[in-house]
Amino acid sequence: MKSTLKKLGYNRVHKQMNDVFLKYTAKVVFLVIITFSINLFFSGHYTPGGGFVGGLLAAGAIILLLLAYDLKTLNRMIRIDNKRMITAGLAACLIVPILLMFFGNPFFTHQHMYLQLPVFGEVPLHTAVLFDVGVYIIVAATTLLIITLLASEQFMSDSEGADRE
Amino acid sequence: MTLIHFAILLPVIAAAGIGILYRYYKKIHLGWFVLPIPTVITIYLFTLMPAVSNNQVVHETLDFMPRVGMNFDVYIDGLSLLFAILISGIGALVVLYSIGYLSQKEKLGNFYVYLLIFMTAMLGVVLNDNVLMLYLFWELTSISSFLLIAYWFNRERSIYGAQKSLLITMFGGFLMLGGFIALGQITDTYSIRGMMAQIPAVQESALAPLAIILILIGAFTKSAQFPFYIWLPDAMEAPTPVSAYLHSATMVKAGLYLVARFTPLFAFAELWVWSIIAAGLVTLVWAAFNAIKQDDLKAVLAFSTVSQLGLIMSLLGIGALAVQTGAAEQVFTIATVAAVFHLINHATFKGALFMIIGIVDHETGTRSLKKLGGLVTIMPISFTMTLIASLSMAGIPPFNGFLSKEMFLEAMFAIGQADFSVLADAAVLFPLLAIIGSIFTFIYSIMLIRGIFLGKKMPATPKTPKEAPALMLIAPAFLTLLVVVFGLFPNVLSGSIIDPAAMSILNISEPLNTEIHHWHGWDSPALWATVAIIAIGTLMYIFRDAWRPVYRLGSDAFTLNHLYDQGLIYSRLGAEKITDGYMSGYIRSYLIYIFGAFVIFSLITLINTDISFDWGTTAPIALPDLLIVLIILAAVAAILITRSRMVSIIMFSTIGFALSLLFVFFRSVDLALTQLAVEAITTALFLLAFFHLPKRSGNAEPRGFKLNNLMISAAVGIIATVIGLAAYSNRLFDSISQFYIDNVYDLAAGGNMVNVILVDFRSLDTLFETLVFAIAGLGVFVLLKLRVNKEGENKFEEHP
Amino acid sequence: MEILIIIVAGIMIGASVYLMLSKSLIRIIIGTGILSHGILLMLLTMGGLKRGGIPVLDDSVQQYSDPLPQAMLLTVIVITFALTAYMLVIAIRVYRELGTDNVEELKGVPREDD
Repeated sequence: MKSTLKKLGYNRVHKQMNDVFLKYTAKVVFLVIITFSINLFFSGHYTPGGGFVGGLLAAGAIILLLLAYDLKTLNRMIRIDNKRMITAGLAACLIVPILLMFFGNPFFTHQHMYLQLPVFGEVPLHTAVLFDVGVYIIVAATTLLIITLLASEQFMSDSEGADRE
Repeated sequence: MTLIHFAILLPVIAAAGIGILYRYYKKIHLGWFVLPIPTVITIYLFTLMPAVSNNQVVHETLDFMPRVGMNFDVYIDGLSLLFAILISGIGALVVLYSIGYLSQKEKLGNFYVYLLIFMTAMLGVVLNDNVLMLYLFWELTSISSFLLIAYWFNRERSIYGAQKSLLITMFGGFLMLGGFIALGQITDTYSIRGMMAQIPAVQESALAPLAIILILIGAFTKSAQFPFYIWLPDAMEAPTPVSAYLHSATMVKAGLYLVARFTPLFAFAELWVWSIIAAGLVTLVWAAFNAIKQDDLKAVLAFSTVSQLGLIMSLLGIGALAVQTGAAEQVFTIATVAAVFHLINHATFKGALFMIIGIVDHETGTRSLKKLGGLVTIMPISFTMTLIASLSMAGIPPFNGFLSKEMFLEAMFAIGQADFSVLADAAVLFPLLAIIGSIFTFIYSIMLIRGIFLGKKMPATPKTPKEAPALMLIAPAFLTLLVVVFGLFPNVLSGSIIDPAAMSILNISEPLNTEIHHWHGWDSPALWATVAIIAIGTLMYIFRDAWRPVYRLGSDAFTLNHLYDQGLIYSRLGAEKITDGYMSGYIRSYLIYIFGAFVIFSLITLINTDISFDWGTTAPIALPDLLIVLIILAAVAAILITRSRMVSIIMFSTIGFALSLLFVFFRSVDLALTQLAVEAITTALFLLAFFHLPKRSGNAEPRGFKLNNLMISAAVGIIATVIGLAAYSNRLFDSISQFYIDNVYDLAAGGNMVNVILVDFRSLDTLFETLVFAIAGLGVFVLLKLRVNKEGENKFEEHP
Repeated sequence: MEILIIIVAGIMIGASVYLMLSKSLIRIIIGTGILSHGILLMLLTMGGLKRGGIPVLDDSVQQYSDPLPQAMLLTVIVITFALTAYMLVIAIRVYRELGTDNVEELKGVPREDD
């Protein structure tokens, strides 16, 4: 992939995107959004938020990086295969209800309990959160997969279009 | 989750591990890792046997979907235990045999994963009390059988056979599901036990005949009864271990299991009894008759399997008379015992025969009877085993096939004592058919021995024949040993396995105390029938050349296979014709069909129902709301007018962001958040996509075209508005939301109702929703990365 | 308010149908986007608007607005995104293979060997 990019005039685009200010801000904002996304995710059970919004925001944060840098740098910064992540997310979504079945509950009957911790006090533990983790991962990974694919296509079709004309 | 649930699911769980293992470790033949699984299950099932023999049952429930009555109810009585032991026991032998049969070069991972999935599916079928779960596992057996038949998927015949088996068994399975649902309607339960408790209700119900027919079609397709048997000979394209396992010993007996299982419920119906007996006998004779003309050894065995299945099926039918009549009970009970006994015997001798023919194929390279002969000196062990197994199949004493065959004949003679309402004169027909079928069985059994091992030695085999390695001989040798042991000491089985199974078929609790004898005295009609079968069979075999031309009488155009093929071709042609009729190829026409139908049907409904518009108190309109609504309308108008794609995408985003503001006003914060995030990403998506799309689409749209579109869209818009207003003002029932509001804390320990509904109350929906989302992502991947090269092959680009 | 929103939703649905019937692929995609927006609004309105507080448990709140449409619509929003992305990519692929984005020109011609 990387070699194809170079072949297809990747350097030219790279120069255009050399904006220090944007890059620096993007890094900071990325951290803010990711933190917010995780916060939204964990508070989702009690206040607005949850896996869908959290996942979308996480994807949005990474897309911001993609816009500020480029796909190659992004791939170097975050070495995650989105397709594997989709699989992992689906597995998380499926394993939770199946495991629940093994404990004598019908399929998809979530369980919850409260845990007394010394510092935090009463902390609720909930199997639905595990399911939500799967949702979060799937949403984030799929969105990223689509966007990065299109972004990588960008350079190729430029040259292909040139070939056609 | 109990041990027995785990035992059923163990193969499928192991399949996941086996698949991964095979990917990384190929030094040792994969079969050695698979072998312990069926072995352990067999041993575990044998530990249940003492309890089951004492007329106890094992009943364990695991809730799966209690609301729809679909639970993983394991119910083990004599019948299910017998089948389960057959499945796991033969499974272990087949796996052992396959280690020798399949070389390391084959795709072993696929083979064993499919085989293990099949094992779970089959155990699930026979150990389940819930018919819906039974159906689930039933179809899983069809699917795994399909995959296994198509194991050598480069061969055209394999694909054809796999498709045929899938079409026919799935067709039957689907009808069977209909039968189960009809039964569920009658009895209001999906548990077989629960249905048994309501036999009177079933007897009175008008739906019962329908249920009987549908369930019988399911059983007949699976057990390859006439006229559905045609898939089984074609299924022989599978590797021989699969044929021995699925298509002789286990899967094809699922239909027998089903019939046996439902016998107590349906035995009252004449329809049930006579259709089973008739189908069984016709299958027996027809398939045995056809077996003789085959040249391929596996085809001979396939037809022989079909005919033996017919034999057992007819016995089960006669056994049902025992439940029905009550009178002359002893006579018909023996039929059930014979059915169970022959089921076991068939698994032993036919399993052994399949494995030996696999060996012959493996060592000589051919399965054609014409090319084989005189192997007796080269393969003495295989010959001995074939001799024993074939003679048992032919019904020659002292092997086990003789005993069950004699019981079968006795049962057929006893049929005259049944209470015939319409068929009084036909009573003589049944033993006659049975004897004819047995004569053919005798002939092809002899043909097998003579054709492969005796006679002239054929030099033209593709490989130089030699005796098989010991590894491949163990499994058939074990089965042959069982043939002899069961033949000499049949009463080993009768108390421990046969009686409990027969008792569950007959639904009685008092012990049967069956004793199986070799000798019934000179006055036994079955004895003379056996003598006649052997005598006529020998004569016919000797003079076979004289009557063989009989096979050339029928034309190919009248065979069932021809019917199937033609049906397939014509249904495709018909579908093509219908499709071509309305599929113009223009997306616009399809959209016009859809929207036109929407408008027309909605109009008809709206005219025929008097709707009133009464919307009671509505929320007040605040100034910000109005402003946003105006923005949305302006943006929509701009999109309609503009021809610049940049303007339209900006306006489209405007609508999205405006909507998210509206959501805030409407107190739906979650929606607003999601809409905001999605809108941002969608905009980025459109901008990225614009790199690849033409800057300006210069597609002129003539005035008439536009006017047409305008009329359709105006009609749709107005109808949608009217429907919306009508739906809003007429509430048919209360909202179910109150349940979620009330229980959000108690049941789900959450505060945010929207999220709790998503991940807890309705998490199954969410699961599928995420699945759709993931599939869309993968679809995008495929669309962008899949290239068709010049040769027309699909090829993925190199992975980044 | 509800009536106004329903009418707006109806207008959006009508406009989306107009866009979907046009010849340009990109207008069709935008049309489906607007269609789903319109239906979103329509369905949300069915539960009543501005009735009570946001559906997050709070002791001081007596009445909540209907959470069920919101939950279902949340998934609608996400699926719409997937749908839009998928259709865009189809459009891209179509344009790359065939060199046109005019749906009238896309009608497949049966190949000789079929």
